[in-house]
Formats: sequence, structure tokens, C-alpha cells
Amino acid sequence: MITRRGLLEAAAGAVAIGGSDALAAPAGSVALQEDTRPWLSPLLPEGTRAEAAFETLTGKKPLIRLTDRPPNYEAPLNYLRTAITPNDEFFVRYHLAGIPQVDASTWKLSLSGEFANGDVAIGLDALRSLPAFEVTAVCQCAGNRRGLFQPHVPGVQWGDGAMGCARWKGARLKDVLDLAGLKKNVVEVVFDGADGPILDKTPDFLKSLPLWKAIEETTLVAYEMNGEALPHWNGFPARIVVPGWTATYWMKHVTTITAVTKPFDGFWMKSAYRIPLGKFPLVARFLSQETDANTPITEIVVNSLITSPVDGTRIKAGQRTMVSGIAWDGGYGINRVEISADCGQSWTEAALGEDLGKYAFRSWSHEFIPTRGKLSFASRATNRIGQTQTIELVQNPAGYHNNVIRTVMLDVV
Amino acid sequence: MRGIALSAMLALIPALARAEEQETRLKQAPGMDMVEAQCGACHSLSYIVMNSPFLGPAQWDAEVAKMIKAFGAPIDPADAKTIADYLKQKYGG
Repeated sequence: MITRRGLLEAAAGAVAIGGSDALAAPAGSVALQEDTRPWLSPLLPEGTRAEAAFETLTGKKPLIRLTDRPPNYEAPLNYLRTAITPNDEFFVRYHLAGIPQVDASTWKLSLSGEFANGDVAIGLDALRSLPAFEVTAVCQCAGNRRGLFQPHVPGVQWGDGAMGCARWKGARLKDVLDLAGLKKNVVEVVFDGADGPILDKTPDFLKSLPLWKAIEETTLVAYEMNGEALPHWNGFPARIVVPGWTATYWMKHVTTITAVTKPFDGFWMKSAYRIPLGKFPLVARFLSQETDANTPITEIVVNSLITSPVDGTRIKAGQRTMVSGIAWDGGYGINRVEISADCGQSWTEAALGEDLGKYAFRSWSHEFIPTRGKLSFASRATNRIGQTQTIELVQNPAGYHNNVIRTVMLDVV
Repeated sequence: MRGIALSAMLALIPALARAEEQETRLKQAPGMDMVEAQCGACHSLSYIVMNSPFLGPAQWDAEVAKMIKAFGAPIDPADAKTIADYLKQKYGG
């Protein structure tokens, strides 16, 4: 018998400190008000704004809790000010609430299905003994910014922080698949992770990739993140890394890879994570999963975020001020970021920061001297194949691909 | 992954439980107990508050139907109506 109490304890089990306690500051501290409540976009639903709070998961800095069972926690804006996101500041997203702590010494990655050599299982040491590759890549939840949709659509109401960028190290997925020898007629490979549903009838979270993407040289079975073992919350001991594609494919705690000769028809492929056909400028397509109406979400759309100053900040007139942020896309690389201080009538190029590779966050900044009054700043990123952010939201039922140009309002005094 | 006995799973999770669960408090109204028991069996109740107050009656009906049909929630039709009525009344848009 599964009791609700038991489940609550299971879900709460790995949470060290809850809510505002984590950030309690001495009475009278100026920082108290700012720190105990995260900055939340006014565009988010009222209920989200009332419910979201800082909470500290084991091994993490405080993240913005949207739900704790399953755990869905996003990074506050100030964790996104660098092109590399530290592991303890990285967002956490799960679909199902059954999340085991995986023991690395007994963990196995099983290859099954249409392999020439039959089933193969390898442990962590065997995975680490394969040639290692490293790629710096953005891991962004497909639903990032869903909460900013107008009108709102149901789902986890993410603001800007369901993303991060890390250096991922692991074996190429292609090399792992070669251990068992893919049969010639394989069309997709299917991933399963150690996490699972509470009820037997709930579809387990399984995802597939088209073979062409699975064997790309940047697609990894990663066991390190920023030079350390993957944090539990980000997929310990190994996860799939698919640079350029949304995080739904980046299976955490991966345990099984199945090669299939027909398109995989599990719930999380067939019914979830789909976008209407023809609405977005897709290059990378997942043709074996496409229908006449919709297609799986694949690559990340080009986007940018102003991380400083925060919307509503009061700044001083006549002083050199920096507006800065990050830009990213699905792996074509950022070509330029422009800033507008006049609601998009004119644009000025921002200075780009260090290039950490085409899959990474690209930092940018722009210096200016403000004059007294209300000031608005919008940022617009363009990638190397000419894709840019949209002026109006592209509506879609599940709230994906929100790359609308956003504006930050500042009060110059 | 399937086939993980829940008891085994619990044993694997470090015993760092918070003293008090921080479960969302829902608005008091008929049906609340059923919502807590049925919806709360699989996910935190913050999913409800987070998705409010913008869902209209048809959308709340669709959400309840999805939990039953797509996610296998064992809720009979009478209870489903009680749950949907509560959500529309207290968390509807």
C-alpha cells in the first residue's frame, strides 16, 4: 500500500532546508526582503507568484521551487550572469516523483533491442574507459518561459531559469552504441532513466532520438559536469547530453538504451513535447516522429536574456552603467546581440563576451550613461544562420519556444 | 525505470527529511479533501496553485481527464466530477 504520507516523505527526503529558513538573515538586514523572496516576473500567473519560493535541495544553493514532488526548481536570474552555470546553481526538473539515489558501484547502462551483438551492459568504469569528449552546452527545458505565455497555458510555470550551461564530459553515445553494434535498420534509440512513476499505470518517462542525432559526435553519455561528477539532481551517475536540443532528450540517471526499427510510440514522444508544424524555423527535424499536424520539439530557438539590471531597478543618472546578459541558440552560434532603448525602433550592437563554443551561453554587455526618467532596454540575439527572436509570441498549446524580445524597465534617478 | 519497489526507493533516499512537510494549503471548500488525497497521491498540490487562476472550466475538466486517461489516476467518474468542480470553483480563471 502506497500511502500519501510515505510519498511526501520520499519527496521531501532529500530536501535539507525548506523555504525562507534557508536564507534567514539578521533582523533589519537590508538584504532580507530581497533574498527571502525570489524576483519573479510579473508576467507569471498569480498562483505561481504566490507559491514559488526559495528552497535548498541537498548539494544546491537556493533555487526557486515551483513544485517539490516531482522536484521542479529553477535558477534565479543572478545565477545566470555567467556563461558557465555552477553545478550547485543548476536548475532541477523531473516528470515523475519516484527518484532513487543511484549507487555508482552497482549502476549499469544496458543496451538492448536491435543490436548485432545482443544485449550488453556496462558499468561506470567501462563507460569511463571509452574515449572521453567534452562539450560546453546549454541544457534548457523545453518549457522554459512557459509561465510568461499570454494567455497562460497549463504546465510547470517556468520563468527564465529552467536552463543552464555546463562543460559536459563523457563518452560519445555513438561509441557506447558501437559496443553492441547497431543493426542497419535501426531508426531511433530510446532512453530510460532510473526515475519512475508512482503508479504503475503512469507512463514511465522514456524518450527517443533519431539515429542521425544519436550518433552525432557531440551527443554524449556524460558522467561529468564542470569537472565534477554529475549532481544527483542533474542525473548522477550518467545522463544523455544532446547539445543544441532541448533538455527533454537529456535523459538523467540513464539506465537503458534500446535500439528500435520502428518509431517509438511512448506517451512522452507521441503525446508530449510536440510543437505545431510550420510555426517555428526548424532546421533539425525528427522525421520518424512527425505527423501531419505536429512534430517533436528538437533544437533550442535563438534567445537572449538581460540578467542585469533586474527589471524595475533604480539606477543613478549620469553614471556609466552596464546592461548585460546571455544569448544562446540551438548550436549554430550567436552572431550578434543588439540592444534597444527605444522599444525596438533602433538597435545598437552589444559587445560579445568569450566564445565558449557554438552550443554555449554567449555573454554580452553594453555600457551606457542614463539620463533621468524611465528607461527601457530590450535585447535581441541573432545566430549565424540569420535566425532571430520574435516580436510576438508564437502561440502553441504546450508553451514551448518562447523567444519573444523582452524589455526591462529601469528607473533612472 | 519501472519495477523499483517503493520501499526500496525510500530506503535509498537519504533521511534528511524536513521536520514538517511544506505541502501547499488549498482553499477550504467541499471537495478539498478528495483533491488532496487523489491529486496529492502522485504530485504536490502546488501544481494546482501554480496553474491558477487562468484555467477555465473546460480546461480544468481536460486536466482532470488527462490525469485519468494519460497518467492512469484511479479516479472514478463521480470523484472526478467532485475534483473538477472544486478546481473550477476555487482555482478557475
